[in-house]
Amino acid sequence: MPGADVVTVRGLTRTFGDFVAVDDVTFSVSAGEVFGFLGPNGAGKTTTIKMLTGLLRPTAGTATVAGRDIAREPAAVKRQIGYMSQLFSLYADLTVGENIELFAGLYGVAGPRLAERRAWVLKMAGLTEHEHRQTGELSLGWKQRLALGCAVLHEPPILFLDEPTSGVDPVSRRSFWDLIYQLAEGGTTVFVSTHYMEEAEYCHRLALMNRGRLIALDRPGRLKRLLDRPLLELKTDDAPRAVAALRAVPGVLDAAMFGRAVHVLASDRDDALAAVPAALAAAGRTCEALEVVEPSLEDVFVALVRREGGARDG
Amino acid sequence: MNRTRLSAIARKEFLQIRRDPRSLYLAFILPILLLTLFGYAISFDIRNIRMAVLDQSQSAGSRELIESFESSGYFTIVGRLARVGDADRVLGDGSAKLVLVIPPTFAADLGSGRAAEVQLLLDGSDANTATIAQNYADAIVSRYSTDVILRGRTVTLPVRAESRVWYNETLESRNMIVPGLVAVIMSIIAAMLTALTIAREWERGTMEQLAATPVHRLEVVIGKLIPYVGIGLFDVAVATVLGLTVFRVPLRGDVLLLAVMTLLFLLGALGLGMFISAAMKSQMLATQVAMIATFLPALLLSGFIFSIATMPWVLKALSRVVPARYYVSVTKGIFLKGVGIDVLAVDGIAMVIFAAVGLGLAIRVFHKEIT
Repeated sequence: MPGADVVTVRGLTRTFGDFVAVDDVTFSVSAGEVFGFLGPNGAGKTTTIKMLTGLLRPTAGTATVAGRDIAREPAAVKRQIGYMSQLFSLYADLTVGENIELFAGLYGVAGPRLAERRAWVLKMAGLTEHEHRQTGELSLGWKQRLALGCAVLHEPPILFLDEPTSGVDPVSRRSFWDLIYQLAEGGTTVFVSTHYMEEAEYCHRLALMNRGRLIALDRPGRLKRLLDRPLLELKTDDAPRAVAALRAVPGVLDAAMFGRAVHVLASDRDDALAAVPAALAAAGRTCEALEVVEPSLEDVFVALVRREGGARDG
Repeated sequence: MNRTRLSAIARKEFLQIRRDPRSLYLAFILPILLLTLFGYAISFDIRNIRMAVLDQSQSAGSRELIESFESSGYFTIVGRLARVGDADRVLGDGSAKLVLVIPPTFAADLGSGRAAEVQLLLDGSDANTATIAQNYADAIVSRYSTDVILRGRTVTLPVRAESRVWYNETLESRNMIVPGLVAVIMSIIAAMLTALTIAREWERGTMEQLAATPVHRLEVVIGKLIPYVGIGLFDVAVATVLGLTVFRVPLRGDVLLLAVMTLLFLLGALGLGMFISAAMKSQMLATQVAMIATFLPALLLSGFIFSIATMPWVLKALSRVVPARYYVSVTKGIFLKGVGIDVLAVDGIAMVIFAAVGLGLAIRVFHKEIT
């Protein structure tokens, strides 16, 4: 499925004063890929996307998008891409139709193509009935679909979505991802950042960022195999206290909350199966169940971030 | 510059203004309100100055002098005092601005050909009114003296000044105020209108989406300007009609010249507002800066109230960078003097420079880069 590289990034760096927001990041994205960007807040995802969309100049390094250099030809890059920012940023005081017309004008979509694209966007976003409503009155799910529609009015080959579903309810999120897949099937390269793990699973390839650095990049299935130590799932009466108690146990590499359970990364499976219940008993906690489980993306993510020194504060 | 993108921005801005009550109020209500308010309130004409009289002479001569004060139209006699001590009271409580004291010897001195003295007591706490009242009173007294000398005789005075006032024959201060007021009001309104426009986009986050499109910053600035230029021209047209009908100010010059000069002025003033907006990135801050940058200079340094010719050199130099100064001179020139481009060319050139600087700054400061 993936074709030639449409986004190439080499040593991309951006600093704000002493703060290194993006630190020497290198990767490439192939045509038609759904490329995910995963990382905690402050990891540098948004800064990277802003540089790739020509909104922010890099401090060092180079990148090309659709064959254009982002620092030298930002205007040419902008003609080739669609962009949807983290926060809703259409005009709330314009109607749905007026927003579509504005962005069509800015992207040079006019005449019969405008009529066709407008109808397509309205249908795609499910807003055909609401064309004359003020955008500010719409629900967040609808707003985000309209923003996506406005970003692809000119049918760009590459689409950048910066946490497009944050704050949106799960049902709307699901249908938003259906739209992303629809676009990808039509040949659009989609570059999407998220902090929802289940969304990360939908991506063809996933880049993990932490503290401005790229710490892993692979397909979701292969990322899970990065965790080469056994993972145990523990059910206990008081997960936070259990985590605190287990972190001091020799042979336990890491212990973290996972929903209401605790996930324990151990250096050896059999040692851990013996040591964990003993440590819990000593700490006065119960051990209701303890079994080896397949690591999820979240486990990998948590383990990798911790190995890299943890997430930034805030 | 691409026309499709330019008109997309202009149309969007127009729709936003139409739906924003604050912009509509600033654009259409406030200018008319200010013009009406100031047009009626500001008047430099001094008429009916309240005066009191202490007539200790009680003669035909003293009554004649008092009569000439009354009939001049500048003074209204509000009291006849009995004692010198009363003069202090009426000036002190403000019931009179001036007291005319005619001594008991007035009639006798007048009859014998000696110089008869009268005393004028003025309330100097309002120096402006006092000076004017003093000038009027001096003129009335000297006129009366001439009449006394000439009584029964015809003598030709060696020099006689025959004055005529041009451009504002009746010296109505309203004629001078209304054209200048249009200029002052438009400086403020223009800067306030555009001060909101870019800052609002930053505050609402819409700038980011705009910046991600291929739109050029020149297109954003010019596109946003178009509806405001329309509003500005409309405002000046309404103010002109109001001035002509309600305030009965003459319009002696070329309307087309006024329109062209107004356009130049608006480009500079709107550009200045946009520059402030782009630099401040906050609606609140931009509004305040726009207000400070335009209101006081336009009011004090434009020649609207205070004559630039009599200012100290520092203020004179400062007034040269106040765009309103040139526009005040244009509106006064066209309304009252009916002068043409030959006289207003310098003001016109100054406004072209301001338009270029205002727009240039706005475009320069307006970066699409998001941080």
